[in-house]
Amino acid sequence: MQEVLERPVTTVAEAPVDKNKGKVKKVLVICSKGKLEDVYAALVMANGALMEGIQAKMFFTFFGLEAITKKGADHLHTATVGNPAFMPGMPTVLAGLPGFEAFASYMMKKEMDKLDMPHVTEFFQMIEAGGGEIYACRLAADMFHLKKEDFVPEVKDIITVGDMYALAEGEGTQIIFI
Amino acid sequence: METLTYNGTQIEVNAEGYLKDMNQWTPELAREMASKENIELTDKHFDVLNWLRAKQAEGTPLSIRKIGNSGLVDIKQFYALFPGGPLKISSKIAGIPKPASCI
Repeated sequence: MQEVLERPVTTVAEAPVDKNKGKVKKVLVICSKGKLEDVYAALVMANGALMEGIQAKMFFTFFGLEAITKKGADHLHTATVGNPAFMPGMPTVLAGLPGFEAFASYMMKKEMDKLDMPHVTEFFQMIEAGGGEIYACRLAADMFHLKKEDFVPEVKDIITVGDMYALAEGEGTQIIFI
Repeated sequence: METLTYNGTQIEVNAEGYLKDMNQWTPELAREMASKENIELTDKHFDVLNWLRAKQAEGTPLSIRKIGNSGLVDIKQFYALFPGGPLKISSKIAGIPKPASCI
């Protein structure tokens, strides 16, 4: 048994990689959630792609639409209830008290400011400046009665799911769903 | 150890081509490095490179957002000056380490 364990193990990470093959050339980040942390994950990944010279498109759907509304973009909250990783040990009853979620979100935004993280609307400006494109989902927009003028100016269009897949066309595209 | 020879001087770089000592940088070396990225440096490029070097010397962590707020260029212009990954490419040409920034 000992002998087996001592044999050198080739891990995936050590396998030689041909950098020219399978290179990520484009990402399509789909954001279907409207919680602060989910929206930021989408924004950081899209912007991070642009920083690496990778094309980035964003598609916001369902509760993710809240993030691209003029009213909601800079007022997103983190969930304090139903979020076991948030302050482990915090009783759900307390986390659900009025004002608690607003307070937790305020604290989280304060920490983000310390890290020089832009606000959501500024992030959209950065992504657009870097050549990224932002779209809203037609079906969800109809459902929530949202129109183009309700969205931040960086939203290019309200498109169907078919149009969304067209955005992902081309070799080397990765679709990320949040 | 990787080196880059310029004007008969050996310049140490890391595996990704970033200078190990930012004091070995010269504007001429920057032009040479930029040509490898298919960039022809203008005064505007040098404004950004000098700003990056000054911030690096101060020990300020660099990010695209900070460059956008520098007053020199906006983010769109920055992407246009150094296409294909502006922060890492400009840092390489500026002779400073690759910024470890996610934003």
